[in-house]
Amino acid sequence: MAERSFAKEVQQLKIGAGEEFRGEGILAITKALLQCGVGYVVGYQGAPISHLMDVLADAQDILGDLGVHFEASASEAAAAAALAASVHYPIRGAATWKSTVGTNVASDALANLSSGGVTGGALIIVGEDYGEGSSIMQERSHSFAMKSQIWLLDPKPNLESIVKAVEDGFELSEATNTPVMLEVRIRSCHVHGRFIAKDNQRPQMSVKDALEAPRRDTQRIVLPPASFLHEQEKIRKRWPAAIEFIKSRKLNEMVGPKRGGVGIVLQGGMYNSVIRALQRLGLADLYGSSMVPLYILNVTYPLVDDEFLAFCKNKDAVLVVEEGQPDHLEQAFGHMLHKAESLTRLHGKDYLPMAGEYTGQAMLDGLSGFLRDKAPELLSAKIRLPNAPTAPPDVSHLAQVVPMRPPGFCTGCPERPIFSAMKLVERELGQHHVAADIGCHLFSIMPPFNIGATTMGYGLGPASASAFNVPAKKRSIAIMGDGGFWHNGLASGIGNAVFNKNDGVILVVDNYYSAATGGQDILSSRASNKTRSTRHPIEDAVKGVGVNWVRRIDRTYDVSLMRDTLREALTTGEKGPKVIVASSECMLNKQRREKPLIAKAIQDGKRVVKPRFGVDEDVCTGDHACIRLSGCPSLSVKQLDDPLRDDPVAAIDQSCVGCGNCGEVADAAVLCPSFYRADVISNPSRLDRFLAGLRQKVIGFLQRRRDRKSLIFAKAEAAP
Amino acid sequence: MNMQLPRQNQIIKLAILAVGGQGGGVVSDWIVHLAETNGWYAQATSVPGVAQRTGATIYYVEMVPDRGRTPVLALMPSPGDVDIVIAAELMEAGRAMMRGLVTPERTTLIASSHRAYAVSEKVASGNGIADAGKVIETARKTARRFVAADLEAIAVKNGSVISASLFGALAAADVLPFTPESFEETIKSGGKGIAASLRAFREAYDAALAPVPEPAGAEPVSAAPVPTGPEKLTRQYRELIARIDGELPAEARDMAHAGLAKVIAFQDLAYGEEYLGRLVRISALDHDLGGDGKDRALTREAAKYIANAMAYDDVIRVARIKTQSERFHRVRDEVRVRDEQVLKITEFMHPRMEEVCGMLPARLGRFIEVRPRLFKALDRIVNRGRHVRTDKVSWFATLYVLGGLSRLRRRLLRHQVEQGHLERWLGETERVARLNYDLGVEILRCRRLIKGYSDTHARGLTRYDRVLSALPMLEQRQDGADWLRRLRDAALKDEDGTALAGALKTVESL
Repeated sequence: MAERSFAKEVQQLKIGAGEEFRGEGILAITKALLQCGVGYVVGYQGAPISHLMDVLADAQDILGDLGVHFEASASEAAAAAALAASVHYPIRGAATWKSTVGTNVASDALANLSSGGVTGGALIIVGEDYGEGSSIMQERSHSFAMKSQIWLLDPKPNLESIVKAVEDGFELSEATNTPVMLEVRIRSCHVHGRFIAKDNQRPQMSVKDALEAPRRDTQRIVLPPASFLHEQEKIRKRWPAAIEFIKSRKLNEMVGPKRGGVGIVLQGGMYNSVIRALQRLGLADLYGSSMVPLYILNVTYPLVDDEFLAFCKNKDAVLVVEEGQPDHLEQAFGHMLHKAESLTRLHGKDYLPMAGEYTGQAMLDGLSGFLRDKAPELLSAKIRLPNAPTAPPDVSHLAQVVPMRPPGFCTGCPERPIFSAMKLVERELGQHHVAADIGCHLFSIMPPFNIGATTMGYGLGPASASAFNVPAKKRSIAIMGDGGFWHNGLASGIGNAVFNKNDGVILVVDNYYSAATGGQDILSSRASNKTRSTRHPIEDAVKGVGVNWVRRIDRTYDVSLMRDTLREALTTGEKGPKVIVASSECMLNKQRREKPLIAKAIQDGKRVVKPRFGVDEDVCTGDHACIRLSGCPSLSVKQLDDPLRDDPVAAIDQSCVGCGNCGEVADAAVLCPSFYRADVISNPSRLDRFLAGLRQKVIGFLQRRRDRKSLIFAKAEAAP
Repeated sequence: MNMQLPRQNQIIKLAILAVGGQGGGVVSDWIVHLAETNGWYAQATSVPGVAQRTGATIYYVEMVPDRGRTPVLALMPSPGDVDIVIAAELMEAGRAMMRGLVTPERTTLIASSHRAYAVSEKVASGNGIADAGKVIETARKTARRFVAADLEAIAVKNGSVISASLFGALAAADVLPFTPESFEETIKSGGKGIAASLRAFREAYDAALAPVPEPAGAEPVSAAPVPTGPEKLTRQYRELIARIDGELPAEARDMAHAGLAKVIAFQDLAYGEEYLGRLVRISALDHDLGGDGKDRALTREAAKYIANAMAYDDVIRVARIKTQSERFHRVRDEVRVRDEQVLKITEFMHPRMEEVCGMLPARLGRFIEVRPRLFKALDRIVNRGRHVRTDKVSWFATLYVLGGLSRLRRRLLRHQVEQGHLERWLGETERVARLNYDLGVEILRCRRLIKGYSDTHARGLTRYDRVLSALPMLEQRQDGADWLRRLRDAALKDEDGTALAGALKTVESL
């Protein structure tokens, strides 16, 4: 069960021809797949394409009715390999993942797939996680398309164009026996827009049909001599077919005036940003009519030489708008112009940044620079020669004031106490080499924990500590999440450590979900899932591959136990990998699951105990050591209206979910007695009420007794 | 070709800056719904993903009257090209300005004035809270219009979330061409908690129409607190207050009132008299040293820090606070216990042998302290985390009795240790103040370094000693006070003392 429910969106997948679809880009792609008669969809979740997976997971009924198979793959490699179903059979298949990280993982299968080629349309939807909000290394999927000869679509970032790209993609794939990659950027995945829908199609051939009537063709298997033939076929047959298809179907667009001394060549995905820059320069209108000729590449690989050369004809200069590096397009275009002995000057990364996202400002600066130099007559006097430029207001002093706000662990996150415990062990045994991994737990590298030295890829935490496998006074610590564990960590991390007799410590953070990608179920998830097999304990798998020293902690919030277990792992004389499985449910998902249940139980008059934590502000001295071991968003500070106090005291706000970490840390680290847990019992039982009444009588008596004998000073309210 | 330049000016561009988990997406969805039901074409984007987890996040909406054709709209805000910025937290408003999204020509900035402190603000040993006043001041200058109110408080008060109150403030700002009724219809059209959302919406609407309040400054304390209690005690208390008003300079009286209340609450009236005795002595010295020309800083700071030093954090004090009737009321308020609910309170205590020794008569305590093996053996029995249920009679009574030990406090080891430290500190202050008045004041202020319990307290003492170890180098310097202040600030910066070590090196090199 994912973090978000898509019950409402699922209904939109059912709409028929002529109806209007309104929603996110990634959901539009999902609908487009069904409209194209896709036979199976596979993938691995990750921003920005998680919602595609989530909505299909919630749409099992519709998929069943249409005869479409949907599978949440174990990894991107598994997803890419699943496209093998389109090799011999005319079944349309789609795979999706986050790129470039997912494409990295998938590239072995992708290379094999594109070598042998496909019969049914094979579409790979890559969510390009590049620029602001990205959580990964900044690279391009384009390079992968080039190296394996997979056609690359980069449609304009609006729902109509994206949906059309899905349709074109399947046809192009089938016309050329080549897999096709559809690249969508973060913002177009999440853009809210609309398009007119078509009816959903049943697949021409279902995977069931294929399974019952198997076929094979040795020519399509990657093994000599066929592999040599594949390379020739790619160049002699598939490439020309693709060029022909792209030209005849006019997949790329040329818009704007036919004449003109300059032009702009752009990736489709850059279209809206280019138009906005032109709008701001007075060269385009609201609907995209441009006064500068545009050559819009909805297909960025392969490039069509004669289309490009025709666009350049009679132009003095063209500007290539190509986000990211290396500048594959610009290099290719330069090559074409050179061979054609063209006099058109090619520009691109000289006006636009070589590296980094093409933001609105970067685009405006790049385009206005190019046009001012090459076609000043197009620009109004005001833009060409602005009056005294109005200086933007100086806000540089805010840099000293406004704090950074990197992402971090959520309120009540079960991973926080693990790192609190690591901090405490660090105090005792000194710093260790800690290999981190991909997942929410990577937030440990930031304050207040500052733990973790490297991250080498999903599930590769333990593998990235494998070189530290020599006798030494300290052991390495490697961390990986349950998501990474099942993705590949079991083999690359645990198996590798057993086989190579690694003596280090491996900490598996098990929060019951693939949490960082949106809370999808995985093998070790505790929830019962109708369509998947869950509840396969990580420790069983670990023991199964030969680890002898395994400790499972079922409540990570027990900081003392966590600390003691870590200490034992780091100091025990036992040889071989020491694996700690630290399990507690992701709080975000737990709250989503339990909140409505608790509210209902209270409403139904059932006895419910709800814990919350608090700080006695008179006891707190404002040292904030507790915060340095926690960083919980609900554990904050407040300024007291007390002239005797210099420093704000710790305070816990209403968002506290009662996980208990702060109390446990205060105890384990022997910090202070300021914390208290308040258990509020709704609909108390008769016994509860009786006991509470009795206690209150005695306690009240004692309190009144003391109050009578002392001076009581009324407390001032806390400052707002 | 007919270029309609002004057309693009009809696009309304709106950015929402929020902290992940605040629900910025809900506001964005509402705005799209609002625009679409009013016949506008709207496009919204965001960059969710891992960035959502408690980090700064941004949503972006563009809208334009729907004329049947699909407009080409941008997917991200550009500096200098945004009409409305909604900041769901004050520092996010600051971030919007830093990104250049707020410009005087066109941007209406709508911000919630509340603070959600960033980790970097919270982890400081001292006060790391960013200056909200600076952001508000800059917003006034930078935005075409600045609308702000504590929209978080309004949301919480009405049992809703900030999306509703942000939406209310947006309606009140009257920058979108839609009626308030239409805003309300949008809220009614979807989901859960509609009634609470509407309440928050309406209250935020009114609040946003009011002028932006000045950031709260330190309110001057006025009259002495008036305690309740037996007639005899209140009479004696009034006599002490009369002494303050008669014998201390006006500049220090407010602080002395607060300090007196603190030490009396800590121990008794006699202890209050002790406090005043020390203060009067400092005040006389202050007068002799020409403190009148310096705002009587020495007396004022002494009033503050002597009170803090005398009311040290010992087991008795904690036990007393934990068992006070007033504290029980406060907990019920804080966790919002309704009358029909039952409350259980668990305290997290972790006593060590050090604390137990402190609670023993001085000679017995010392006897144990100087015998490491005995100390260790006893520590093994004492030193463990205890989860104490103060709503239960047994544990309450235990803490109650501990709190009652204050009568014996003066004879206990901890008290003698604290008294010794206090006298040395005041003696040093008086000695140095005669040489260098400002430096004397700074020595008083260094008392701030000593706080916390157990290890934290020990670390504080070490920090204090290290800072004051620079005194011999500073006594003769005109700028000695500045340097001591810098050392203190450095000591409060990080836990491992790196900043302080660096600052001490600098002082040594002077």
